[in-house]
Amino acid sequence: MANDMSTFVSFIKKECTHIFRDVRTMLIVLLMPVVLMMLFGFAISTEINNINVAAVVDRYTPEVRHDLTALEQNPYITMRGVIRENEVDGCLRSGDCAAVVMFDAQGRRNIVLDASNSSLSASAGSYVQSILNRGQQMPLPVTTYMRHNPQLKSAYNFVPGVIGLIFILICAMMTCVSVVREKETGTMEVLLVSPIKPFYIVLAKMVPYFIVSMINLATILILSDLVLDMPISGNLPTLLTLCTLYIILSLVLGLFVSTMAQSQMVALLICAMVMMIPMIMLSGMMFPVENLPPVLKQLTYIVPARWFNDAIRKVMVEGLGLTAIWKEFLILAVMAVGLFATSIMKFNDRLE
Amino acid sequence: MKSVLPILIRKELTQFRRNKVLPRLLIMMPLMLVLIMPLVTQMDVKNVSVVVIDKDRSSLSMRMESHLTHSDYFRMDESAADYDEAVRLLDQGHVDIIVSIPQHFERDMQSGHAKPILLVANAVNATKGAQGMQYAMQTIASAVQELATERGLSTFDLEQSGLSTNRLITVQNRYNPTSNYRHFMLPALMIILLLLVCCFLPLLNIMTEKEHGTIEQINVTPVGRLEFMLAKLIPYWLMALVLLAFAMLLAWAVYGLVPAGHSALIFLGAFLFALCMSGFAVSIANISNTMQQAIFVMFFFVMQFMLMSGLFTPVDSMPVWAQALTYLFPPRYIIHIMRAVYLKGALLSDLWFDFTMLAVLATAFNILATITYKKQN
Repeated sequence: MANDMSTFVSFIKKECTHIFRDVRTMLIVLLMPVVLMMLFGFAISTEINNINVAAVVDRYTPEVRHDLTALEQNPYITMRGVIRENEVDGCLRSGDCAAVVMFDAQGRRNIVLDASNSSLSASAGSYVQSILNRGQQMPLPVTTYMRHNPQLKSAYNFVPGVIGLIFILICAMMTCVSVVREKETGTMEVLLVSPIKPFYIVLAKMVPYFIVSMINLATILILSDLVLDMPISGNLPTLLTLCTLYIILSLVLGLFVSTMAQSQMVALLICAMVMMIPMIMLSGMMFPVENLPPVLKQLTYIVPARWFNDAIRKVMVEGLGLTAIWKEFLILAVMAVGLFATSIMKFNDRLE
Repeated sequence: MKSVLPILIRKELTQFRRNKVLPRLLIMMPLMLVLIMPLVTQMDVKNVSVVVIDKDRSSLSMRMESHLTHSDYFRMDESAADYDEAVRLLDQGHVDIIVSIPQHFERDMQSGHAKPILLVANAVNATKGAQGMQYAMQTIASAVQELATERGLSTFDLEQSGLSTNRLITVQNRYNPTSNYRHFMLPALMIILLLLVCCFLPLLNIMTEKEHGTIEQINVTPVGRLEFMLAKLIPYWLMALVLLAFAMLLAWAVYGLVPAGHSALIFLGAFLFALCMSGFAVSIANISNTMQQAIFVMFFFVMQFMLMSGLFTPVDSMPVWAQALTYLFPPRYIIHIMRAVYLKGALLSDLWFDFTMLAVLATAFNILATITYKKQN
C-alpha cells in the first residue's frame, strides 16, 4: 500500500512536470479566464440604457420643442437629430436609430419602432412614451423594494453565470486531451504495462489541472469582489465548497470526453465548440430557465452550469448557506461521481 | 505548370469524409442551432410567482388579487400567512414578488392618506425583477382604475393621473409586427453556426497536421504557401455557405422565416465573414505550438465574439471603450447585416459600412495569416 502511494505521488509529479513546463499554455490558462471575467463583468449588461431616437417635426410648436428637449435630456436616449419624413424608413432600416418620433401638425405623436429586436423595442416604446407623457403616472401609493439587488445591476445575474460558463469550458478543455493524447502519441502502452491502477492514473492526471483551476478560482473571486463589486463575503465557506465541487465536476467532464474521443481534435471540438452553445443558452445565464417550454426545461437538467448558476446566485447574491443549496449541490456531486466512474470504466476497457 | 490546388482540395475533402465525427457534427450543429435554440430565446418574463398579503380585505384589495390571478404574467400558487413567511419564500426562490396591502387601504385611499402598498421583488435577476415589478404595478393600477371607473372617477383622486390629460400617442411596430423575439434571434443563431465552423475547424485541421508532423512533408514539397492555405480553407468556405443555406431552409420550413431583403446580400456578407474568420484561425494556428494551446486562444476570442457582438445584448448598451473594441469583431457586422436583411429588407446602401468593414477585416486577417506562416519551421 505504501508502495502504491509512492507510485501515485510520483505519477502526480510526472503529470505536473508535463503540464507546468509548458509555460506558454500555463500563462494562457491562468490569464485568459481573468481577462474574460473582467471584460464581461464591465462590458455586458442586459439592461437597455442607450436608445437611438430620431424625430420628424412637421411644425415647431412650444410643445414640440419641449418634448424634443425632454428627449435630449434623458440619459437613456441618444437623439440622432431631426430627419425628414422620407428618411424614416432608411434610418430604421440601417439601424441608425431604434425609434422615430413623428410630431404631426395636429399635435399628435406617432412613435415608429424598429421592432426587429422585440425586446429592445418594447422598452424603447415605453421609455419614449413615458417621456412624452411628461412622467405622469398613476397616483397610486406604492412603495417598491428590490430585494438583494436594489440598484438592479444585471451583473448580479451575469457575473455568476460567466463564472459558471468559463470554469466548465476551460476545465473541460484542459483535461479533455489528457488520456487521448497518451493514445495519440503512443505512450498509452507504457501506462498499460505499469503496475499502477487505472483509478490512480486518472486521478493523477487531474491533480495539476485542479491546482491550476484553484488558482483561477482565487483570482476570479478576488477580482469579482474588489473590481466588480460582487458580494462574495456573504457566505465564503459555502461559496468555496460549491466552486470546488463544480471545478472537480468540470475536470471530470473533460476526462470523460477524453476517454470517449478517438482523437485530440474530436475531444477539443466537443469541449470547445459543441458544449459552448448549450452552456450559454441552457444555463439560465441569458434566458431564464423557468420561461422555457417543458421539454427544453428537462433538457437543462443535464447541463451542469444550470445547477451551478442556481446555486451560486443564492450563495453569492443572497448570502445563503449550504442548507439552501443542498439540492443543486447533490445533483452536481452525483454528476461528478457518475462521470468519474464511467471514465474509469472506459479506461479499463482500453486496458484489455 | 499545372496547379496542384484541385488535388490538394480533393485530399482535404477525402480526409474530412473519412473522419468519423466531423460530418455528423456538421449536420447536428445546424439542427441544434436552428431547430432547438430559438425556442430557448425568450426575453419576455412570464410565470412570475406572486404572493399577496392582504391585510385590507376590502373590495379593492380583492379586485387587485383577482387581476393578478387572471394575468398571463403571474402565477399565484404559493401562499404566505404573513410578511416574514413571504420573505422566506422569496429568499428560497419560490416567490418572485410580494404584494403587501396594508390595513384599511381602500378606506384611507378615499381620504387620500393611504399607507402605500409594499411591493417586494427578488431582483437577483435584475431583468426579471424589474419587469415583474412593472407588470405588478400596472396590474394593480388597472384594478384601481377599474373600480374607480365603476364608482365614478371622483372616488379616488384620479384627475391628475395621466389618463385624463393623456395626449394622443400612437405606437407603430415595424419589421417584426408580431414582436417575435425568435425571429430576431434566428438570423444571429445562423451566424453562431458560421462562427464556430470557420473558427474551430480550420484551426484544428492545421494543428492536427502540425502535431502529426505531416505539415513538414508539405513544407518540403514545391507547393506554395498560398496554394497550401487556399487548399485548406476553400473547403471550409464552401462548407460555411452550404451550412448557411441549409440553416436558412430550416428556418423557412420550421419557423416560416424568409429574408425580407436579398439573399444575395446575406451570402455576400457570409462569404466575407468566412474569409475573416478563417484568416483569423490560420493566424492563431501559425503562432501556436500545440493543439490545446491553439484552442484555448481561439476560445478566448470566440467567447468575446459571442457575448460582445450584439448577439444577446445590444452593443449600444455597453460602455464606450467596449463598443470601440467591437469595431474589430467581424461578427458584429455580419450579425447586423443578417438581422437587417432578414427582418427589415435592408439594401446594400443601408449596410455599406458593415460590408466595407468586413472586407477591410478580411484583408487584414488574411495578411496577418500570410505574415505569420513560415514554411521552414
